[in-house]
Amino acid sequence: MIFKCKSLKKLVLLFSLGLLAACGGAQESRVEQGNRDGVLHFGNGSEPQGLDPHIVTGVPEHHIIQALFEGLVVKNPHNLEVEAGVAESWEISDDGKIYTFQLRTDARWSNGDPVTAEDFRWSWQRALTPALGSLYNYMYSRIVNAEAFANGETTDFDQVGVRVLGEHTLQVELRDPTPYILQLFDHYSTFPVHRATVESFGDPSNRLTRWAREGNLVGNGAFQLTEWVVNSHIRVEKSPVYWDAEKIQLNAIVFYPTENLVTEERMFRDGQLHFTGDVPLDKVPVYLRDEPHLIEINPYLGTYYYMVNTTRPPFDDVRVRRALAMAVDRDLLVSTVLEGIVDPAYAIVPPGTLGYEPPRLFNYDPDAARALLAEAGYPGGEGFPAFNILYNTQESHRKIAEAVQQMWNKTLNVGVNLVNQEWQVYLDSQQNMNYDVSRRGWIGDYVDPNSFLDMFITGGGNNKTGFANARYDQIVLRDAPAALDREERYRLFHEAETILIDQMPIIPFYTYKSKHLRHPSLRGMPANIMDYFNYKYVYLQAEE
Amino acid sequence: MWRFIGLRTLQAIPVILVVITVTFFLVRAAPGGPFSSEKAVSPQVKAALEAQYNLDQPVLQQYFTYLSDLARGDMGPSFRYPGRDVSELILQGLPITAELGLYALLVALVIGTLAGVFAALKPNTLQDYIPMSLSMVGICMPSFLLGPLLVLIFGIGLGWLPVSGWGNAAGDKILPSLTLGAGYAAYIARLSRSGMLEVLSQDYLRTARAKGLPEHVVIAKHALRGGLLPVISFLGPAFAGLLSGSFVVETIFQIPGLGRFYVQAAFNRDYTMILGTTVFLASLIVVFNLLSDVVAAWLNPRLRYQFRK
Amino acid sequence: MSTLKNSTLLIADVEAFPKGVSLWQDGWTRLRKNRLAMLGFFFLALIMFLALITPWIAPYGYEEQNLRLGATPPSAAHWLGTDNFGRDMLTRILYGGRVSLMVGFIATAVALLIGVTYGAIAGYVGGRVDAVMMRLVDILYALPFMIFIILLMVVFGRNLLLLFLAIGAVEWLTMARIVRGQVQSLRQQEYIEAAISIGLGPGAIIRKHVLPNVLGPIIVYTTLTIPNVMLLEAFLSFLGLGIQPPESSWGVLISYGVESMEEYPWLLIFPGLALAMTLFALNFLGDGLRDALDPRTSKD
Repeated sequence: MIFKCKSLKKLVLLFSLGLLAACGGAQESRVEQGNRDGVLHFGNGSEPQGLDPHIVTGVPEHHIIQALFEGLVVKNPHNLEVEAGVAESWEISDDGKIYTFQLRTDARWSNGDPVTAEDFRWSWQRALTPALGSLYNYMYSRIVNAEAFANGETTDFDQVGVRVLGEHTLQVELRDPTPYILQLFDHYSTFPVHRATVESFGDPSNRLTRWAREGNLVGNGAFQLTEWVVNSHIRVEKSPVYWDAEKIQLNAIVFYPTENLVTEERMFRDGQLHFTGDVPLDKVPVYLRDEPHLIEINPYLGTYYYMVNTTRPPFDDVRVRRALAMAVDRDLLVSTVLEGIVDPAYAIVPPGTLGYEPPRLFNYDPDAARALLAEAGYPGGEGFPAFNILYNTQESHRKIAEAVQQMWNKTLNVGVNLVNQEWQVYLDSQQNMNYDVSRRGWIGDYVDPNSFLDMFITGGGNNKTGFANARYDQIVLRDAPAALDREERYRLFHEAETILIDQMPIIPFYTYKSKHLRHPSLRGMPANIMDYFNYKYVYLQAEE
Repeated sequence: MWRFIGLRTLQAIPVILVVITVTFFLVRAAPGGPFSSEKAVSPQVKAALEAQYNLDQPVLQQYFTYLSDLARGDMGPSFRYPGRDVSELILQGLPITAELGLYALLVALVIGTLAGVFAALKPNTLQDYIPMSLSMVGICMPSFLLGPLLVLIFGIGLGWLPVSGWGNAAGDKILPSLTLGAGYAAYIARLSRSGMLEVLSQDYLRTARAKGLPEHVVIAKHALRGGLLPVISFLGPAFAGLLSGSFVVETIFQIPGLGRFYVQAAFNRDYTMILGTTVFLASLIVVFNLLSDVVAAWLNPRLRYQFRK
Repeated sequence: MSTLKNSTLLIADVEAFPKGVSLWQDGWTRLRKNRLAMLGFFFLALIMFLALITPWIAPYGYEEQNLRLGATPPSAAHWLGTDNFGRDMLTRILYGGRVSLMVGFIATAVALLIGVTYGAIAGYVGGRVDAVMMRLVDILYALPFMIFIILLMVVFGRNLLLLFLAIGAVEWLTMARIVRGQVQSLRQQEYIEAAISIGLGPGAIIRKHVLPNVLGPIIVYTTLTIPNVMLLEAFLSFLGLGIQPPESSWGVLISYGVESMEEYPWLLIFPGLALAMTLFALNFLGDGLRDALDPRTSKD
């Protein structure tokens, strides 16, 4: 078959040539090139929803917005202490309720316009406007009348405790002295936006305008947005007009959407990323063993827990909930499934949060758990209806849920099914209280126990367990904010958390640890409990 | 012939219309709105969001609004990426997925057809068994298994090829195309083999040989035509499969294509994006099926007469 | 005298002729000669038998965890090793086989039934009816299959039966297209026209003349569909839409294995082998059947 052989031969030849051409020999990796050019390659998790600081809510968005905008203050990445941002100094009144900020006069927007106090006032008004639908507007709730404005109870923004005293002087009035308020001003929901730019693209309350796009976006941060190819990469470059530009050592940062952890780890190994957003669990022991200098595991201000729907029998019985909590061997879970990296948790607030220690009310105690279950009317698990554990589709959640399912099955003899839903449906199920037991994780928005405790007020948007306790509400909403000193405040928090854990609408599992893979050439990004990055400190130093 | 094409094109229009309608209402019926997030949404905020996206209109009205917008080429804004239009995102992802699909199809067609024809020429011999066994491997390996394996061997182990991306580094298009095309190469190999076997036993080939035509002409001019018929019929479904298969491949190799957008939209309940990509992909599939049928008809003249009845 | 002699001769001659053989008998004989196909056949029989008696022969429970043990390579206690939770892989592969085979066969059967009927009718009747029917197929094809399945799973809850139906409901489309194409070309053959002219109704024609000749491609495509279905189920479970833990199918085991492929390769190799060998067997058998049943490749 001459005809067959000829074309077959040709094809094989072409194919091998193609492969050879592709091989190309050892090329310089992207990381090496980045080290030469001062470009940081950052694995950032999912593709950002957008870059408008008043609209977005996720961590990947946060990382990028942190480079493009700056708030009144910034944080020092080493100790998370508040440092001057746009505001170069501030005064606090004696009663702790009035903050007066002096903005620096050389702060500029990326188009050269000066940043003024009016910019902040206008931006905050925009963020609180109900029509915009900002999901983070509760960040402002400590400011006088901010909540009322956000709810539409008043349409007069002058009522809100924000005043422009001078071109570079901004005054903020709070309802109570709030010790963590300065940290909130480093949260992107309180960042300023450039009024002229936003308005030139349409109504400021319209989420759909294009002002936050490459080519349009004007920010006041250390970097400017130069490229944004959806699902491919986002590139930001050093801003020459930034007031502290000499301190910036990077020339550019490229953010990559890396949802698939396994692929991200391969990209890292392949020299395509300096830094990954996370590490697959299976790889953790491998790196710890073979290349411990490349992996970073650090305390992270967050708690992983299961919510229990207390409005659904048999979960309305506190004994059932306690039995479930006590039947989970957290130490075993942590040391095996979680590769020993995290710490078991028995409360909602991570231990040591700004010096606060949560109560410890229970232990792993299978006998006591069984006794409680029997007391509740289900001796030996008899008669207990099979129920679902809900989690969002992800390898690590599945692993934990499978282990817990087995524990409850073996210890309490109850039937458990696993239900996983993709993110949107999962959130909806929680919002609609359409679950039995659901996995949940909460990362603190600021370093203070309140960031965890205020979730569980009656009817709280993030409560969704049916937990409602008047004394708890009283402490969290009224007594604690009015406390005179930290000691009293923490005593009150301790009391509130004791109520919470005693009632067990949530079953805590462990305290988060952040995990990243980092190339040795990446410096100036120290680990901290909020996994917070301040790019001004970051630099690249190629290895010798 | 032209009448055939014309009629089929006309028939395609109601298809697309039905696709739009069914998808529209299916998507609306699915639980999970586009605004869920970890942070709570107060009723006012939710209402404001819904107003901006027209979700507060009655469903039927939303439907007609969508249709009229679509006629002007406006597929609406994406829910998931505020400030971006669906059409813009589609146009961005399309060339990439198209290229990936094209290369995969080429891989599949070339390798598959050659292997199948090759095998059919000497059935039940080694020349038959080896290609067919290899093609079996192609069928039995899901792309989410083959992809990582190829990455492991060629990307990480040997370091020859990049592990991800498309168009960034030299040679990064090879592994994804191979991964996506492998399964279809296998299918096509088997189809072309069975088609060729059927044709090879036909009498008209005996006639051709008796006429004194050299063997490779017999194969090329007569056998291939008939033998490729099942392959042509398969191209329609293959195309559809390539599109959905591209999602896995695009995820594994971090390729910013339409397939990845498409499924992410489904996960995010990004209504407009789902609708937009569905309409777009549906139209493509319809067009491709039409082409596939036309080519099949051209290869088999008897079919053309069907419409003359 | 001569006539009697002639008659005896005739009877003896008649007995010397070979008996007539039906298509199926002939097929079975030829199939038996095909080594690979028979190998596949027996392997399949073995697998199906194992799947049936699994509850009695499995050494451990498929959900029995041993967290401290974790993932271990094959050993005396665990012939095929253990997974991340310390569960015995041999047991899980056996049970997974039950599920995978079930899904494969049932969903394919559904697809087959619907697809062949549909395609045969469309291809045979032709004309307007064919056009309408194929348009319907095009429409269904263009539907976003993922959304459709997600919706089904979410609205009606996750259960195995629904999974079968959902997968089968998607696979029949390709079957219909292929069958229709084949029937269409067969329709033009003379013997069909002959059958019509002697008064056979379309149902009888389809059953007796068209389908047997279309059977070859149907069988080939069916043996191609079963693995396709099994892989489809794996993909869905991969996305979290299919089989729920602690249950598993080969597809789920493979997707778990891919995650840990570098550290614990046995988690991938064994389920992968199981699936691959079953699919090989199915394909060899299908090929053998096709060759055996095609009258035109008959040796006589």
